[in-house]
Amino acid sequence: MSTSTPTPGAPRASASNASPDPVLTGAEAVVRTLELLGVTDVFGLPGGAILPVYDPLMDTTKIRHILVRHEQGAGHAAEGYAAASGKVGVAIATSGPGATNLVTAIADAYMDSVPLLAITGQVFSTLMGTDAFQEADIVGITMPITKHSILVTSPEEIPSAIASAYHIASTGRPGPVLVDITKDAQQETAPFVWPPKVDLPGYRPVTKAHGKQIQAAAQLLLEAKKPVLYVGGGIIRSRASEELLALAEAVGAPVVTTLMARGAFPDSNELNLGMPGMHGTVPAVLALQESDLLVSLGARFDDRVTGKAALFAPDAKVVHVDIDPAEISKIRIADVPIVGDLKDVLVDLLAAYRDAAPTSTGRNYADWWTHLDELRAEYPLGYTPTTDGLLSPQHVIERIGALSGPEAVYAAGVGQHQMWSAQFIKYERPNSWLNSGGAGTMGYSVPAAMGAKVAEPDRIVWAIDGDGCFQMTNQELATCVINNIPIKVAIINNSSLGMVRQWQTLFYNGRYSNTNLNTGHDSIRVPDFVKLADAYGALGIRVEKESEIDDAIKLAIETNDRPVVIDFVVSADAMVWPMVPQGVSNSYVQYARDHAPSWDDDAAETGRSEDTEVSETTEEVERDAIADAAAAKGENR
Amino acid sequence: MSHVLSLLVEDKPGLLTRVAGLFARRGFNIESLAVGRSEIPGLSRITVVVDVEALPLEQVTKQLNKLINVIKIVELDQSQAVQREHMLIKVRADNSSRTQILEAVNLFRAKVVDVATDALVIEVTGDTAKTQALLRVLEPFGIREIAQSGLLAIGRGSKSITERVPRS
Repeated sequence: MSTSTPTPGAPRASASNASPDPVLTGAEAVVRTLELLGVTDVFGLPGGAILPVYDPLMDTTKIRHILVRHEQGAGHAAEGYAAASGKVGVAIATSGPGATNLVTAIADAYMDSVPLLAITGQVFSTLMGTDAFQEADIVGITMPITKHSILVTSPEEIPSAIASAYHIASTGRPGPVLVDITKDAQQETAPFVWPPKVDLPGYRPVTKAHGKQIQAAAQLLLEAKKPVLYVGGGIIRSRASEELLALAEAVGAPVVTTLMARGAFPDSNELNLGMPGMHGTVPAVLALQESDLLVSLGARFDDRVTGKAALFAPDAKVVHVDIDPAEISKIRIADVPIVGDLKDVLVDLLAAYRDAAPTSTGRNYADWWTHLDELRAEYPLGYTPTTDGLLSPQHVIERIGALSGPEAVYAAGVGQHQMWSAQFIKYERPNSWLNSGGAGTMGYSVPAAMGAKVAEPDRIVWAIDGDGCFQMTNQELATCVINNIPIKVAIINNSSLGMVRQWQTLFYNGRYSNTNLNTGHDSIRVPDFVKLADAYGALGIRVEKESEIDDAIKLAIETNDRPVVIDFVVSADAMVWPMVPQGVSNSYVQYARDHAPSWDDDAAETGRSEDTEVSETTEEVERDAIADAAAAKGENR
Repeated sequence: MSHVLSLLVEDKPGLLTRVAGLFARRGFNIESLAVGRSEIPGLSRITVVVDVEALPLEQVTKQLNKLINVIKIVELDQSQAVQREHMLIKVRADNSSRTQILEAVNLFRAKVVDVATDALVIEVTGDTAKTQALLRVLEPFGIREIAQSGLLAIGRGSKSITERVPRS
């Protein structure tokens, strides 16, 4: 496979070129192609191997380039831009370290199916393979974490490479596509042919599903006694929220929205049981677990949703709808597999359901709802006040959501604050909740919020971040200040890597190995987030009393001439509940609200043994969880 | 359980890395691999033998299909396909053993392609059972080295993997 086949095209432009197509440098072709694709905003940072592209980028009036402070910021900003708007996010970086700094964001976009176009400079084609200055095989490095990647070594290939990448990134199951362009390809000239030939014989996403399977799914819905619509992020990527609402209301089945699907279905709708999974609501977790029919809509049976997959929803038949055939029956065998675009499939499914309904005895979910409503009444989402006099993080987040409303955009980092943001903010519309679900990338929030604000300048955009996450990417505050991107940052400052600390509390006997960050209450406050905000030219506010919370949030909402950073000094002892320990059946969901506040070193044992729901299995659960936690240390941060 | 997959792919740089990387990433073992051009310019054909259970095989073919440069995947069942591998065997041969070796070569319809005073190079083509059987017969004479191709396979009958593939 070593023979490269350059696109057959016009010979290199010379003075006597008779072609009516304008002769452009490769760099100009990059900018022109982006313009013609309708790209209006890009995030990037120049360097040697991408320098040629930055020259024409200075002249374009159609594209706003936002100069970030770190390429990871460009990547997450492009992700946030894409997730908030549904458009393709574009990030540009130079070769070598510039490109490798994009890797985390590319991996993140891959896990969460975010349409991302990454353009990187590469060293001269003549130097490739010689360990040249700032050379890295970024196509090779990103192969496992991109939907596709293209190495471009001649200027003729640029329009088709970028147009193909854009097409692949934004269609089917969206994802990141990398275009790596050598410096000589940017410098040399070629006739610019538009539209270019996009020849992808191996890429044909299926959008229209098989009618027979749709009918089978409708029939199962009619026969089921305990169905659940298991809604994943695919609904949002497919822009199918309205179609979902129509189907759910016609069928009357309960809906659960995964972490990636918060906002795909309104929280205010009474059919919505909330989020399932490790930190899901008790009704959502148990509805899936006890269901006799799962209708999976753009979800992928992630281990954080299923718990131990072999024990997940043991009595349920599965209808699995996904645009990616490889997701179907990957974790759980589907009884009715449906490959297609949800936007079309849901319409067809509703029609099939209505056709089938009159001939059937009709749905009978009354008993199911009675049971679920009892669960809802008995186990509402909640939290107990802190006992150390510090703020309840859940309360802070709840107030941010209540005062900002459903039209705002909320981008979270990863950890406890992310779970609380998923739980305690009420989402009513798709694309209002942005987070790093699959990859769990700390540092996602600030740059993602920045990207979202660029895409949706009229919306309030919050970065709800932890003190750990914030310190990974807060340099983009400079980008926000200088480019007038007034995001609001709420640091849920518990002075520690909170989710890891929670696991240490629960599974490591409260031995807090390397989780104290010294940023909060009773610490040396390094850094002081208010001073840091001030240094960047953002408005910095510290909130330590409950009575100050609303005023600070209101001030942040009113302040639009610069970014705002609120340092909410919260209790480090607050924990995320409910919780299903890792590696066990979801039936072991621990509600544990009454036990939550006192899980410090001494009380941990008592708290657990008092938990009657799991008392018999606690030991086993804990053992498994510890073993799994040890194996998966990186993912719970 | 071994399965023979035939992949029709675009001949693009890095394609083999993409395919091989996918196998490694998803934890599948490649038993054999053969790559060459197809009859359509710009398209190559990869024959890969993979050792998996039935369910993960479905998963791996689905994942392979997601590779943009993979155009088509066909599983070639032994009963529906001709399967061959090619092997070169260098075996120790002196005056006392040469005749016996040549007899074995003839019985297996193999060929001698190089002769030295103390060794022969033998070329054999066949399915895995045949090449392995020849190896066992030659073993007592002293095998110096072998070189072996990946398995090649093609479906029986008139149907072609490249049917309905657009030719550019």
